[in-house]
Amino acid sequence: MNDFFQLDNLVMQFGGLTAVKDFSIIIEPGELVGLIGPNGAGKTTVFNMITGFLTPTSGRVLWQGRDITGWPPHAVTAQGIARTFQNIRLFTDMTVLENVMVSFHHTIRSRFWKAMLGLPSHKREEKRIEKEARAFLEELHLGHLADEKAGSLPYGQQRRLEIARALAARPKLLLLDEPAAGMNPQETMELAKLVREIRDRRRLTVFLIEHDMKFVMGLCERIKVLDYGITIAEGSPSEIQRHPDVIKAYLGEPKHA
Amino acid sequence: MDTSTRNALCTILLLAVLAAVLYVFQKHGTEYQIRILNNMAIFITLAVSYNLVNGFCGILHLGPNAFITIGAYTSALLTMSPAEKQLSFIIEPLIWPLSVIQVPFAVSLIAGGIAATFFAFLISFPVFRVRGDYLAIVTLGFGEVVRVLCNAMQSLTNGPLGLKGLTPYTTLWWSWGVAVFTVVVITKLVNSSYGRAMKAIREDETAAKAMGVDPFKHLLLAFLVSAFFSGVAGGLLAHLITTISPTLFTFFLTFNLLIIIVVGGLGSTSGAVIAAALFAWGGEALRVVESPMNLGFITIPGIPGMRMVLFSIILMVVILFARRGIMGRSELSWDRLFTALRLQTKA
Amino acid sequence: MTATILTQQFINGISLGSLYALVAIGYTMVYGILRLINFAHGDLLMVAAYAAIYAVTLLSLPWQISFPLVMILTGLFGILVDRVAYKPLRDAPRISLLISAIGVSFLLENLAIVLIGGVPKGFPRPDIFARVIDLWGLRIQVLTVYTPILTLVLLMGLLYIVHRTKVGKAMRAASKDFETTRLMGINLDRIIAVTFFLGSSLAAAGGIMWAMKYPQVNPFMGVIPGLKAFIAAVLGGIGNIVGAVVGGFVLGLGEILIVALFPQMAQYRDAFAFAVLILVLLFRPTGIMGEPITDKT
Repeated sequence: MNDFFQLDNLVMQFGGLTAVKDFSIIIEPGELVGLIGPNGAGKTTVFNMITGFLTPTSGRVLWQGRDITGWPPHAVTAQGIARTFQNIRLFTDMTVLENVMVSFHHTIRSRFWKAMLGLPSHKREEKRIEKEARAFLEELHLGHLADEKAGSLPYGQQRRLEIARALAARPKLLLLDEPAAGMNPQETMELAKLVREIRDRRRLTVFLIEHDMKFVMGLCERIKVLDYGITIAEGSPSEIQRHPDVIKAYLGEPKHA
Repeated sequence: MDTSTRNALCTILLLAVLAAVLYVFQKHGTEYQIRILNNMAIFITLAVSYNLVNGFCGILHLGPNAFITIGAYTSALLTMSPAEKQLSFIIEPLIWPLSVIQVPFAVSLIAGGIAATFFAFLISFPVFRVRGDYLAIVTLGFGEVVRVLCNAMQSLTNGPLGLKGLTPYTTLWWSWGVAVFTVVVITKLVNSSYGRAMKAIREDETAAKAMGVDPFKHLLLAFLVSAFFSGVAGGLLAHLITTISPTLFTFFLTFNLLIIIVVGGLGSTSGAVIAAALFAWGGEALRVVESPMNLGFITIPGIPGMRMVLFSIILMVVILFARRGIMGRSELSWDRLFTALRLQTKA
Repeated sequence: MTATILTQQFINGISLGSLYALVAIGYTMVYGILRLINFAHGDLLMVAAYAAIYAVTLLSLPWQISFPLVMILTGLFGILVDRVAYKPLRDAPRISLLISAIGVSFLLENLAIVLIGGVPKGFPRPDIFARVIDLWGLRIQVLTVYTPILTLVLLMGLLYIVHRTKVGKAMRAASKDFETTRLMGINLDRIIAVTFFLGSSLAAAGGIMWAMKYPQVNPFMGVIPGLKAFIAAVLGGIGNIVGAVVGGFVLGLGEILIVALFPQMAQYRDAFAFAVLILVLLFRPTGIMGEPITDKT
């Protein structure tokens, strides 16, 4: 029994269809774990169950000794689990800085009426949030773009901003859903470097879904493979690459090889 | 002089000018001018608070008329003297303790706001379980239910007869005082972290949740604040026109507010202010199309309903061809004004 | 209360319910494909009722010709509304589309005031519908019996089109997955036009029968029936044609029977539908026959 993070026999059914079956995993603090599998294998469904966007049909999500199964997403985030989305979901009409500042909102202490009356105690908090948000952007090399509209950034920068925004929510566990999707090899390499950097600097735990095999194999210390909702393999990158079932289900497809 | 001192001075100057203008009109203005100015202020209050929900949170709430009605009735019932109430309620007497209470106008306005907020809270649970078109219909339905209740609950509202002969307490100072307060408070709210959370919900509710924003809490906040100011404005309206009845604040009123915030730009407080002022003035000016016109040699008969046709067409044209309205989502500010002036002088 | 009166009220409820059903079908069909509540749909009742008045009085057409003609014209009018007010906004935020729909609704109502006037007009009800017959001791207007029968006939026709014809299959595909249908090379504009045509013609049938039942035609006559029909569509499970009909019958029966059983509730009758709406949304948002909505993140 580990009391950092554990998924215990998660099952998700939609009508008669089983999207994920008996998914279990234990993640230790500071680990970098990958989740791979063909399209429609149920990977994002696992993330949605962890973050409260879906309530599992059965099974438990245990986080720091607590059962958080079925908690609403915002409460899960406040507990220290943040995520990014496969299809980028920025607040496109807000500035880069504002996007990051949204993630600080759950840390705000002063009540809404203090904000409405513009009391000094609230203003101080607003100043603190802005300062910290700018520091985050600097760290991810987005500082010079702070006042741009998020929707006007080039694709690679938008991916970066998604990660910055998730980090700003102060997670202990960061879930990345296909962070390298749509990136060119150069950008993918930089991303891998960035993920390792923030993990080391912030002593984060990272759980990520990715299609790019080179990215996952190079970055993750441990990998889990899903196919049709069922876990078919688990192990180190080298073990996974040699696993016959994985080769059959996934790596056998030439476009992913 | 740093910019924040400059901006504060400019704001004070603007308020002083407004006060001077109001003073002049209160003293020397015609009844017609004063009515338009009062309407302007009340429409500004209503539009800015309606825009908080529809423009900044991005949901389509169609029931502000319900909160205006509740505010108007509450406030009116509280300022009428017990004797007046006894005279008015001829079919069924007004229930105790409302029948004996009489409070000052200011207290009645706040009570109107609180009553509206209370009802907003009651319906918030079914309302925010749904989104989009469903939410629109539920809030619209609430407006209808309030109208039905106003007609039916005679011992509370005097039924279809309504309340007549209210004291015209609403002066320019009251209406504009409330308008300025509303604009200031709502501007501070939308520029705060709470406002950012609301905008995040508007942009992408799923992402907002993932960033730790509780949509229900923030939509509720916007909804309640909006209902409060709508209720206060309802009290002002009641004591401006001095007669209220269940058919006074129908979906027509909501439709007018919708036009104002769409034309002003959904999600812009300054846009809502500009459009509300234009609407209050234009609505009166356009009365000419509905009254007969004598051109000397021929009299063109007035066309009743023409104003609403024009308003509907304006709404359609804006939504189809100029969706951003006057201001889009941007705001007027001293900084922008001075930047623009500087560019002007340079050029 | 005697059994006779109860039966009488039951028949009235069925009759009212079938009118809601006819209008609800149009809401549900358009919602199924565009995910839009067509606010102007209720006003088509008014458009059709006025059109029928003019066809019968001005053009002196017999009702057998003018009523079907009005259905076709209203159908075409529905297509026009879509082309002008909704089509340019297909990729716009949903709130714009809804506001446009509300704009159309107000425009139609106020145009009617300007062009025709706000004074209610009488409806030239053909005598054949006004007759009162004696049915097992119940005195019932023929119209009350014809309305549900006609509704069922039109429903059969509609279900035939939706399930047996090519265009119907494309409609069902589009309501399941709009994007994929577009990718499959199906002409969506045509499908949407057919949807608006069918829904609007049925609304016209509802409008004509409404005008015969309550022979006072005015510019706002469509608003309340429209809202209630929408609620019927939600109650039945929006997007589901049979559900809309079931919802219509349930709502119509409910309204009539509540007033019949509890006469003191009569003045709250118009609030009943909204109470139903709120209860459905709270406890079973998918309606009676709706499928659960899958949440995509």
